[in-house]
Amino acid sequence: MVQLLSPEGDYGVPAQYAEYGKYVDALTEADFLQFYKEMSRMRRFDNEATALQRQGQLGLWVPAVGQEAAQIGSGHAVGKNDHIFPSYREHGVAITHNIDLMSILKMLRGVNHGGWNPNETRFHLYAIVLGTQVIHATGYAMGVNFDGKVATGNPEIDEAVITYFGDGATAEGEISESFLFAAINNNPQVFFCQNNQWAISSAVGTQTRVPLFERGAGFGVPGIRIDGNDVLASYAVTKKHMDDARNGAGPFMIEALTYRIGAHTTSDDPTKYRSQDEVDYWKQRDPIVRLEKFLRRQGIQDSFFEQCDVENEAMAESIRQQTFALGAPPIENMFQHVYSEAHPLIEEQSAWLKGYEASFGDNEGGH
Amino acid sequence: MSQIAFFNLPDVGEGLTEAEIVTWKVKAGDTVEVNQVIVEIETAKSLVELPVPFSGVVDSLLCAEGDTVEVGKPIIAVTVADGAVGAVSTATTSIQVIPEASKPAIAEQHASIVTNVPEVAASESKQPNLVGYGTSTAHAPSRRRQGAAVPAAAGIAARVANPATALATASAALAEDKVLAKPPIRKLARDLNVDITRVTPTGSNGEVTREDVLAGAEQASVFRNLSTPTAPTAREERIPVKGVRKAIANAMVSSAFTAPHVSIFVDVDATRTMEYVKRLKASTDFAGVKVTPLLIMAKAMIWAVRRNPMVNSTWTDEEIIVHNFVNFGIAAATPRGLIVPNIKDADSMSMLELAKAIEQLAATAREGKTTPADMKDGTITITNIGVFGVDTGTPILNPGEVGIVALGSIRPKPWVVNNEIQVRQVTTIGATFDHRVVDGDVASRFVQDVASVIEEPALLLD
Repeated sequence: MVQLLSPEGDYGVPAQYAEYGKYVDALTEADFLQFYKEMSRMRRFDNEATALQRQGQLGLWVPAVGQEAAQIGSGHAVGKNDHIFPSYREHGVAITHNIDLMSILKMLRGVNHGGWNPNETRFHLYAIVLGTQVIHATGYAMGVNFDGKVATGNPEIDEAVITYFGDGATAEGEISESFLFAAINNNPQVFFCQNNQWAISSAVGTQTRVPLFERGAGFGVPGIRIDGNDVLASYAVTKKHMDDARNGAGPFMIEALTYRIGAHTTSDDPTKYRSQDEVDYWKQRDPIVRLEKFLRRQGIQDSFFEQCDVENEAMAESIRQQTFALGAPPIENMFQHVYSEAHPLIEEQSAWLKGYEASFGDNEGGH
Repeated sequence: MSQIAFFNLPDVGEGLTEAEIVTWKVKAGDTVEVNQVIVEIETAKSLVELPVPFSGVVDSLLCAEGDTVEVGKPIIAVTVADGAVGAVSTATTSIQVIPEASKPAIAEQHASIVTNVPEVAASESKQPNLVGYGTSTAHAPSRRRQGAAVPAAAGIAARVANPATALATASAALAEDKVLAKPPIRKLARDLNVDITRVTPTGSNGEVTREDVLAGAEQASVFRNLSTPTAPTAREERIPVKGVRKAIANAMVSSAFTAPHVSIFVDVDATRTMEYVKRLKASTDFAGVKVTPLLIMAKAMIWAVRRNPMVNSTWTDEEIIVHNFVNFGIAAATPRGLIVPNIKDADSMSMLELAKAIEQLAATAREGKTTPADMKDGTITITNIGVFGVDTGTPILNPGEVGIVALGSIRPKPWVVNNEIQVRQVTTIGATFDHRVVDGDVASRFVQDVASVIEEPALLLD
């Protein structure tokens, strides 16, 4: 397992993983601070969203507490042309690509379907159905191949694809099918599996007989396991294999071993299926605390961490106020993006619904 | 100047309708911060801590520990600084802010919670909800702690017939939740009247299997009457005669002592009726419509009335009014007692229309929403005592009418067909008439006509 930052915050590159060290060497202090800022921002955002759900402001929340290092590190390793196909828990990867956090909250409140443009952000829409995003990513990567945007040697042209999924999704047929198509087409693609050890209430041990990073080998997709709570390992390993993919090395799988500290969603009660001892063990391996220890050893002062807290509180207050003020979406919205062009059936349905809503004599949209 | 902000119980799961207040972490007068945990609630899914959405001073807690609160009802009122909560969209239902000047509204809000006790505590019906989520209404009775002082306590006591039953029902529902079983197995147990908590589970993970329920059902049919309530310690119980019970009594006495009753009975082979019911159920026209033997019986009576109009009339000392329409009464046992709403002009309805009308009538009666108009101007009545497992009985006329038919249970019995004993679906039709109007021959012909339709529903085609 690739670990560059120990739980105590000690940095070191083991000899067998020497190839990854140079990617960390290329980072500056500003990069490390940015990692911390975004990881702490992700944590604060997550906690605020959980509270908002408990206050009736969101239909559902999908917490990612504990997975900050895996997401922020890998998110920063994505190149400027690369495309990202997330599952529904990738709030941290969204942060690395400047997705408006309100868009995510609106989606989980049920007032939009995402709301960001994947063509601009290269961060595609959340996939709620397990595994579908992996097929989409694989197809997209095949398209990149067909376009000849691989291994041209021109960084302005070359492109790779990364897809995120969890340990639970590996049990879906889509993942195996994607491995096969990615391998036989030599796709410029990284499969990034966050093994947070629980597929809702199913322990990962009940879902696989071999370590997940070995799952792709039989299809021709080699893999490696990293410490998912180590942001530097997450960055360096993802960076290397995205670069390799862009340069024509074919698909690769990264298994980031991490832990879902919170519930699967706000509708789940994890105390029913796992022990507090297990949760406590992983809380001691908190990825943010680990990076903070490392930064303090580098001489970063309290003022930086305090400044992060202030900014995060302001962010939390801002999204809270914005969420309270969210109105009901106009009913036309649901028809707007079904087809890219005008469609007579959709227009007919839209007109019917408007008439139906109007029959209540209430012009507010009826919600 | 300050404002009062209410935090209404949110749906913390997906499609939950209520939650129980387990522990308050704050009290009136406490200062609270945004997102401070104020209360622990228990939903059908889990224990959940609720963070308060605003900072201020707790004005009042609007429900007590142990209360079951509907989603959307306010649980706490907090005095907040003017504008502290910011703009709240009208689409938001979990937060509500009012000027402190309108504070009396709190009392109203409070009252709306504590009086929120279903009229019929022991209702077993399930509320439609999202698949896999939600709660049964058996949960719904407010499981208020004994002796908790509430403004409307007297009102509640009067409306809940038996608070002990309500508690028992609620805890039974909880016990059922603890049993491991798949939904189809739970449904099977309900359909077979098997108490799933009493079945010995044999599944590999301790779950109740289909075989367990079926074994339990065999047991249950033998020992169904073994569970008898323990004898009350009081030597007698006095139940005030009032309301529906009083009205029933008056109607029965007036009917029994003014109209000379004559009752007749006939056994009939209802096998073809049962087959007909089965075919109607399977037909696409009747998809979603409830089809029962009662429907065929109603059609049969309406058909027989046309052949024997005197049974569909009214006696008024001076004259006999023969009705050329049928306002078809159906005696319904409701939680409030026996009522007899009728379907107006049932004779002009098709089978499908009649089926829908019967279903509607039953639903309205069950919900306790039957209006006096629904019960007026009946011309003839059926009482379906078969659903209680009874073979037959001598029904008493609905006042103002001269005929009533009792439909008994329909069950397999030996029956002579072509001089051989066969197992057939047999029932008994009992009927009572006002002998002032209906002579023996008319009564017999009417009942015989009804019976012949039950024996051969194809007669309805004439």
